[in-house]
Amino acid sequence: MHVEQISVFLENKAGRLSEVTSILAENGINIRALSLADTSDFGVLRLIVDNNDKAREVLKNNGFAVGKTEVVAVEVADRPGGLHTTLGIFQQAGINVEYMYAFVQQSGENAVMIFRLDDIGKGVQVLKENGIEVIDGERIYTI
Amino acid sequence: MIYDIEYETMPREALEAIQLRRLQTTIQRAYANVPFYKEKFDQAGIKPTDIRSLADLRHLPYTTKQDLRDNYPYGMFAVPMDNVVRIHASSGTTGKPTVVGYTARDVDTWANLMARSLSAGGAWRGDIIHNAYGYGLFTGGLGVHYGAERLGTSVIPVSGGNTKRQIVIMKDFKPTILTATPSYTLHLAEVASEMGVSFDDLGFKYGIFGAEPWSEQMRDEIERTLKLTAVDIYGLSEVMGPGVAIECHEAKAGLHIFEDHFIPEIIDPGSGDPKAYGDPGELVFTTVTKEAFPVIRYRTRDITSLNPEPCVCGRTHVRMKRVSGRSDDMLIIRGVNVFPSQIESVLMEIDGVAPHYQLVVDREEQLDTLTVMVEVNEGLFSDEVKQLQALERRISKNIKEYFGVSAKVKLVEPKAIARSQGKAIRVVDNREI
Repeated sequence: MHVEQISVFLENKAGRLSEVTSILAENGINIRALSLADTSDFGVLRLIVDNNDKAREVLKNNGFAVGKTEVVAVEVADRPGGLHTTLGIFQQAGINVEYMYAFVQQSGENAVMIFRLDDIGKGVQVLKENGIEVIDGERIYTI
Repeated sequence: MIYDIEYETMPREALEAIQLRRLQTTIQRAYANVPFYKEKFDQAGIKPTDIRSLADLRHLPYTTKQDLRDNYPYGMFAVPMDNVVRIHASSGTTGKPTVVGYTARDVDTWANLMARSLSAGGAWRGDIIHNAYGYGLFTGGLGVHYGAERLGTSVIPVSGGNTKRQIVIMKDFKPTILTATPSYTLHLAEVASEMGVSFDDLGFKYGIFGAEPWSEQMRDEIERTLKLTAVDIYGLSEVMGPGVAIECHEAKAGLHIFEDHFIPEIIDPGSGDPKAYGDPGELVFTTVTKEAFPVIRYRTRDITSLNPEPCVCGRTHVRMKRVSGRSDDMLIIRGVNVFPSQIESVLMEIDGVAPHYQLVVDREEQLDTLTVMVEVNEGLFSDEVKQLQALERRISKNIKEYFGVSAKVKLVEPKAIARSQGKAIRVVDNREI
């Protein structure tokens, strides 16, 4: 039920992000979702793509430090309070959200949010208990 | 003024006779009491009695910092601990310091040589010395202190740091002599200026600066800003501490090496062959009066040359040029010795594998700054920014705790550090000195 995310270390200087997107484009890899966290010196680019193994391989071959993390993709009702409901479930269960970001495309009536949780197993469990749909990897890569 | 006129102005012939007698005694004592020297001499097939002239010194093997490290902490001591009254230490490449010891007589000799140094630099009875060298394991503070007392000056043991308070002391106590590292001196000048204190109103006449590399340009700046005459002092704890060599304020043209206690040689750092007077090379010292910690042909790694010409001050001892560099990769940052391998050992602890790294040294507002660039590899990488920031802080904290030097840690991408023929360039020194 987990989704695999890749992350890339980038120095905070001109042209680094476009270097990544250019490598992915050349190799026919489609970016499904992304977020960039940065400090004054460096940034961490997090990506969900349609072919994780290939993306990792080509980025590594081009000298990037690449990591792999399990995240949770959740359908969130596309209306006021939709995200709040999901976050409330995590809060009640004492699960920390390390970071989150939105998916590029919608899935039907719902928005898709990506959550990086400190306890992913428990996170998925409480979502299910509360009747919230967790999207599995195979589906997310092809949305 | 010359403190020890008999020895400091001794004719060459008489000086060499004393050197030989003292050298022979030192060699015999080292051979008899330090297993390391006995083994080295035996391997080279040399007996202490083979040393019949000063030229015979050339047949003896060199001693390196690695040898001192291998005998950590007390293996190089030539007297029982009962006779050791003082221990100092300087940092070493593996994180272990080099430990040196002094008998009561060594401390007495050192005080004498520092009294000579301070007077060569312009100090005399009646002067008040503001001693901003650090007190502690570092030899700078206590070395100057004992010499100042021996000379009969009044010494203010202010040590390093707390700069604003130092300026107040300078204003109120009216010291006439300043002893400090050159970079800290320029920092003092800036803080004084910020506080609205002019050196025109302070009473400094002379300053004695050393423990780190500096230049003629820095001397000009210090003399102009602090309104004093600045001289260069040289020393290293392995040989004694400060007071191995000193510039006289009359000539300010090279540092007189106290040859009645230390025999200097200049060698080719690669081949180890001796070099003639005037030729630059690595400075090598043999101590001839040290009891607790004699060193025989110790390679300092400092690059300089020797000048035997007579000096206007009247001292007959040979002069060494201002040290122009190092024959290894040691950096001196704010008076602290730093080797790239020390930083490597800290990085090793994080992940078990040392990532590529580079030390960048700059001089900002007169103070040396160290930036450690670390290439992020998969072992170090995290998708969470806070983990990466915690990593930077952890490396910085460990460097500070182990080696006493503040460093900014900057994570960079793999292959971001320049490589020369596949080998990473470990040190970039941007200081203009």
